[in-house]
Amino acid sequence: MAESEFAQLQERFDYLSERESADHLAVNCPADKLVELCTALRDELGYDLLLDVTAVDWDVQSPRFTGFYHLLSTTKHEYLRIVSDCTDDINPSLPTLSGVFAAANWHERETYDLMGIRYEGHPDLRRILMWDEYPYHPLRKDFPLAGIETPLPAADVAEATKAKVLPAPMMGGPFVSSADGPMSQTEPSALDESWTEQKEKPVPSASPDGGKKN
Amino acid sequence: MATTTKEISIGDLGARSGEHETELQGETMSLNVGPSHPTTHGVLRLKMELDGDIVKTCDPVLGYLHRGDEKIAENMTYNQFVPYTDRLDYIAPLANNVAYAMAVEKLANLEVPERCQSIRVLCSELARISSHLLGVGVYGMDAGAWTVFMYTFTEREKLYTLFEELTGARFTTSYTRIGGVARDIPDGWLGRVLEFCKGVLPVLDQVDKLLTRNRIFMDRTVGIGAISKEDAIAYGLTGPNLRACGVDLDLRKDKPYLGYEKYDFEVPVGTTGDCYDRYLMRAEEIRQSVSIVRQCIDQFPEGSYYAEDAKKIFAPQKAKVLTSMEELIQNFMIVTEGPQIPAGEVYFEAENPKGALGFFIVSKGGGVPYRLKIRGPSFCNLSILDKLIPGHYLTDITVILGSLDFVMGECDR
Amino acid sequence: MQNTNVAYDSKVEGEIIVTQADAVINWIRKHSVWPMPMGLACCAIELMAAGASRFDISRFGMEVMRFSPRQADCMIVAGTVTYKMAEVVRRIYEQMAEPKWVVAMGACASTGGMYRSYATLQGVDRIIPVDVYISGCPPRPEALLDAMIKLQDKIGRERSVKNLTAPNAKPAEAELAGARKES
Repeated sequence: MAESEFAQLQERFDYLSERESADHLAVNCPADKLVELCTALRDELGYDLLLDVTAVDWDVQSPRFTGFYHLLSTTKHEYLRIVSDCTDDINPSLPTLSGVFAAANWHERETYDLMGIRYEGHPDLRRILMWDEYPYHPLRKDFPLAGIETPLPAADVAEATKAKVLPAPMMGGPFVSSADGPMSQTEPSALDESWTEQKEKPVPSASPDGGKKN
Repeated sequence: MATTTKEISIGDLGARSGEHETELQGETMSLNVGPSHPTTHGVLRLKMELDGDIVKTCDPVLGYLHRGDEKIAENMTYNQFVPYTDRLDYIAPLANNVAYAMAVEKLANLEVPERCQSIRVLCSELARISSHLLGVGVYGMDAGAWTVFMYTFTEREKLYTLFEELTGARFTTSYTRIGGVARDIPDGWLGRVLEFCKGVLPVLDQVDKLLTRNRIFMDRTVGIGAISKEDAIAYGLTGPNLRACGVDLDLRKDKPYLGYEKYDFEVPVGTTGDCYDRYLMRAEEIRQSVSIVRQCIDQFPEGSYYAEDAKKIFAPQKAKVLTSMEELIQNFMIVTEGPQIPAGEVYFEAENPKGALGFFIVSKGGGVPYRLKIRGPSFCNLSILDKLIPGHYLTDITVILGSLDFVMGECDR
Repeated sequence: MQNTNVAYDSKVEGEIIVTQADAVINWIRKHSVWPMPMGLACCAIELMAAGASRFDISRFGMEVMRFSPRQADCMIVAGTVTYKMAEVVRRIYEQMAEPKWVVAMGACASTGGMYRSYATLQGVDRIIPVDVYISGCPPRPEALLDAMIKLQDKIGRERSVKNLTAPNAKPAEAELAGARKES
C-alpha cells in the first residue's frame, strides 16, 4: 500500500526518497523544494490539514537538525510525514510554510523558540513559549534539562524578591538508562546531572541573536 | 460711559464635538486581557487594540504554563512519562493516557488484547463526557449562567468517584501502561458506570432546557465567532471546533483505533461554525458517548488486561515477581531500564475531547525516547484567535474563548 | 494568651460581651476570607470542585472568589508557576490589600512538583511569602478545605491590633525562600 503511494508521489516529484517509518508514509524532501511540494500536495493531492511542524536535534550527527512535517488529508483520511534536513548545522534554517498552511505560523515559532531553527520568510518569527529575552534554545541536546541561570524576565520583580531563573535541583535524578552499550553503561544512572556538587554546570553557547527577531 | 461691542463667534457645539470625534477616531486603546483572568480557561494572555468597543488587533501570548514536558520526556522511561501525560489536558486525563500508550505501542508494533481495548474505550469516552460537561458548564458560566456550572459539576463528581474506584485518583489518573493498563476493572464497576449513564442524561436535558433555547444565551452566541470551513482546515483545527464548521473529520470513525468500528454512533457536524454550534456539538457528543459506553459494556469481553506476550515491555504480575526468578529479572529490567521499544519514528493521534492529540516519537531503541513531540490540539485551536477575534466586540471575547474550549496544559506543555 | 478569649457573665455584663480586640478582629477576618484563585493548572480544577456543590467551600464563607486582587484576602496559588508567570503572580500579590495571606496549593506551587525543568519556578515561596502549603498532586478538595481551616486557625492567632498600629506591617521579603539561601 505504502509502496504504490510512494511510487505515485515519486513520479510526480522525483527529488523525494522514501523514509523508514513505523506507521504511515514518510518521505525525505530537500529543504529548497519544500514549499513547492507542500503547495502541490495541498492543492492537487488533497493533503490540506497541517497537523504538526517539529524538529529533531541529532546532536553528534551531521546534518544536526531535521524538520518534520505531518499532513493529513481530510478527504482521503491519510497521513503523510515530510522530513527535511537543515543544511547548516550552526545556524539551521528552513523555508517557511506559513504561506501554504496558516497553521504553520505558530508551529514554526515554537520550533524556532525551542530548537533555534530559523524559518526564512516567516512573517513574525519570535519566541512563543519562552519569554522574548530568553537567550537559549531549550530543546537542543546540549542544553541541560535543569536549565541555566539567567535573570528573571521582569526586572522589578527580580529586584524585589532577589529571585533568578535558577537551574532546578536535580541531585540524583531522574534515573534512566541509555539504549546501547555494555551493561555497566545501560544501568540506570542520573542522566542529567547538570547541578551536582561534583560536576560543574555546563553552559552551552547562547543563540547568536539572543532569541530576538532581527 | 462708552459701551463697546465686540463680536465673538461661538461655533455650533455639535460641530465642535463632531470635530473632536474625527480627531479621536484614530486612537486605539491597548487592552491586556490575562494571563490571570477568570474567563481565559487558564493562563492565556491577549494583547488587544480596541477602537471603542470593537477589537482591532489581537495578539495571543502563550507560554505561561510551559513546563518543559518534551525535554523531560527525553530523560524518563516510557512508563515514567505517563503521569506527565495526565497533566496535558488535565480535564480529561484518561484520554491522554490512552493516546500516549497507543502511540508507544504502535512503535513497538504491539497489539493489546480486546479486554484492554474495551477498558481503554470506556476510559476515553468517560473522559470525553467529563471534559464536555466541564466545557458546557464553564461556557455557561462565562456567558453568565451559573446554575449550569453547578449541575454539570455535580455529575462530574460522580464521574470522579468512578475514576477513583478504577484508578485510585479522582483525576490525574496515570492509569495506562505501555502494553496494557495498570489494573483490571473492579467488581461491579461496570454496573455503576451504567447507573451513571442513566443519571447523566436527565441532567443534560435540564442543561438543554436552561441554555439551548435561552434567548439571552442565543443572542450572545449565535453568529459570534464564526469560522469558515477553509479557515478551520488552514489553521489546523481539529475536534468539535472543526466539526462545528462543517468538516466531517472524526478519527474514531475515519481512522478507527481501539475497536471503535464495532460501535454504532453518530458524529455531529455543524453548519455555521459559530459559538452556538460549538456548544451544540459538545452537548450532542455527550449523548453519543453515553451510547458508546453502553454498547461497550454490553459487548465487554473476558480476557487479560495487558499484553501477556510483551515480555520486555509490560511488567509481570506482582505475585509472580515475588516468587519466580524469571519474572523477577523481567520486572527489574523493565522498571529500571524501561520498556524496550525498538528504534523508529511514529506519529499517532487519538480523538481527544479537545481535538486530535498527537504524539510523535523518535526512538533509538531502549527504554527512553530520543524525542517526543506532543501535538496539543489546543495549541492549534488557539492559533486562529488572531484572525477570529478582530471585528468582534470586547464582550464577545469571553464567549468565543469559552466556546473554543481549550486547555493551557496541552497548549503550552 | 489566646486571642480568642471571650468573657461573659450575664448577671454582670447583661447584654455586653467583653473580649479582646484581637479576638473580634480575627473572628471577623477568618470567617469571611475571600480567596483570589490564581488558578494556573490542574489544581485549579480541584479548586473549582471545592467551590462546587459537593465540597461546598461556601460553608466557610469562602465562596466569594474575587478575581480582582484589590477585593481579595487570600491568594490560592493553584498550579505550576513558571518563570514567565512568576512576574504576574508577584504583581498581583503586590496589588492585594493588607491583610493578605497566601496558600500554595499542590506540589507544583509548593516546591515545583514533578516538573524539575528549565522553565518551572521551584516553589512559589521564592517570590511571595506563603502561609499554608498543601501537598498533593492535585490535593483533594478535602485537603484544600483542611488547609483553609488551618489558615483560619493561623489568622485566629495573629496579633492583629499590633499589626495595624505598627508602621511596617509584615517583613514579607525576609521570609522569601530566595532571601534565606543563595539558591
